[in-house]
Amino acid sequence: MTLLTVERIKLFSTRSPWWCMILATALTVGLTSIFAATTKTKDLPDFTPDVTQFAYNFGLVVMMVMSTLAVTTEYRFSTIRTTFLAEPRRTPALVAKGIVVAGLAGIVGEITAVGSWGIARLIQPDAPLALHSAQEYRNVFGVGLVYLLASVFAMAVGLIVRQSAGAIVIELVYLFLLENLLPAIPRIGDHIQHWLPFTVGDNFVVAGHPHHSDGPPVIDGMPLGPWGSLVYFAAVCVGLFVIGIIFAKRRDA
Amino acid sequence: MIEARGLTKRYGRTVAVNDLSFAVAPGKVTGFLGPNGAGKSTTMRMILGLDNPTAGTVRINGKRYADLRHPMRQVGALLDAKWVHPNRSARSHLRWIAAANRIPVKRVDEVLATVGLTSVAGKRAGGFSLGMSQRLGIATALLGDPGVLLFDEPVNGLDPEGILWIRQFMHRLADEGRTVFVSSHLLSEMALTAQDLVVIGRGRLIAQTSTREFIDNASESAVRVRGPEIERLHGALAGQGLTVRDVPAGAEGPAALLVPNATTEQVGELAGQLGLVLHELTAQRGSLEQAFIQLTGQDVEYHAGSPAGPGGPGGPDGPVGPVGPVGPAGPGGAGVTVPPPVGSAAAGGASVGGAGTQGGNAR
Repeated sequence: MTLLTVERIKLFSTRSPWWCMILATALTVGLTSIFAATTKTKDLPDFTPDVTQFAYNFGLVVMMVMSTLAVTTEYRFSTIRTTFLAEPRRTPALVAKGIVVAGLAGIVGEITAVGSWGIARLIQPDAPLALHSAQEYRNVFGVGLVYLLASVFAMAVGLIVRQSAGAIVIELVYLFLLENLLPAIPRIGDHIQHWLPFTVGDNFVVAGHPHHSDGPPVIDGMPLGPWGSLVYFAAVCVGLFVIGIIFAKRRDA
Repeated sequence: MIEARGLTKRYGRTVAVNDLSFAVAPGKVTGFLGPNGAGKSTTMRMILGLDNPTAGTVRINGKRYADLRHPMRQVGALLDAKWVHPNRSARSHLRWIAAANRIPVKRVDEVLATVGLTSVAGKRAGGFSLGMSQRLGIATALLGDPGVLLFDEPVNGLDPEGILWIRQFMHRLADEGRTVFVSSHLLSEMALTAQDLVVIGRGRLIAQTSTREFIDNASESAVRVRGPEIERLHGALAGQGLTVRDVPAGAEGPAALLVPNATTEQVGELAGQLGLVLHELTAQRGSLEQAFIQLTGQDVEYHAGSPAGPGGPGGPDGPVGPVGPVGPAGPGGAGVTVPPPVGSAAAGGASVGGAGTQGGNAR
């Protein structure tokens, strides 16, 4: 509990997390409201709950940057040393940081998801936006869980790389280039794609949904169901975080 | 109480700290002295569990740092004043550290008052001057009211007022019965601050002794005397069983005599009895820096060309000579082969130039 308090004070006593949270929410909710406002009446039947989440990757990236910075600025300004002086057991200290930062990312994810969905309902009250099926609930509320786990992933990269610019570049290149380009490899590309963590994580949100022109892309033939996908994504993120902690314990602070 | 046993740290093939053993006692200020790059900071980081030793152990009050419960209540450290997030306020910085060791929040305001930062407690620490950062670092160290305190080069870059403040502060902490371990590469500073010294060079222990003893041993005193009837003086002094050395005229001044292990009283009274006129009678003492260099001479990381001019015959192999501008190196040591006032023959031609006399040498 003490360590959670410590990380909470650390996180909220600088301004950048606040900016990241505002930016993540503004980007997703803002883009969704523009989308909702410009949707033509004849397209309204297609304006389903999953479409309101089409912009969730923008907020996700912002929260991943915040999570990375929560780790790397500690190295940048050597406050990680003060952290380890205050709590020489490094595993609990870093796990506490993981819980607080990922927890916050999860909450922000839910806010962006519910905010996007809510604003869409306000702007287009006639669209079929009511949540009925489990799948529709996942479409909206599942986004927060993806944020939470992506935050763990980002902190893990931060712990391994220990440098803001380097860690963020690695994450962005991975997220936007590798996960999109690897599937283009002939013959094995599709199989690789089925196991790329963020693609699988996304599958948790969109699985089982029919194809749309709008909304997050749905990939056919994913081997895991929605909850299986979430467990797989969680295993990758947490696994990487464990590696990060091992690095932090081995290295001199 | 800090005890290091066989402490060793290797980075690849470089040995930063080599089989270092020492103990730091409570109730006094212990200086940790060594040239830059001698391994002081590495040792301090190992004491605090930040760096893992390659071999050996270091214990604080009998325990490894990592095994201390609420370590900041037992050990306070200022290793680098810049270990602060620049956009966090001084108060928030202390608040999270206090929370980590279950130190009440009101203690944060107390230590801020102690170091005189109350008025800027809410300001972002990144805007602090070096002196203010240093004070914030000290506030951090004091937060848990610990019995053991470590400071790494606390006066570096401070103005005289700040230096004096820190020095007095450390004395006060030691007087309260705490263990105070402070590193520096400046012997002159340590001479004023520390009662005990742990001296290292190139990661090895050179000496652990009281400051007084270290200085006395390292720099023996001598009397420099000069007058028109220099030969008679020489004879009279030698007749008293004193060692007398001739100092030929040179850049340092006219010809004179150097009498090691004598006092000015002795020499002056003798001259008075014989009715000899004296033009100079000064007590000389090897400078602290000189003493330091003699001990750590082989152990500095870098060897510059001898700054003391041609160096003199005894020079090349002498342990001294390197290391930048040494103290007030006398008005040009230009090759004058003055036998050093310091006992050690190994000092050779290195202490040329009446090197840094504390007693002042007539100029």
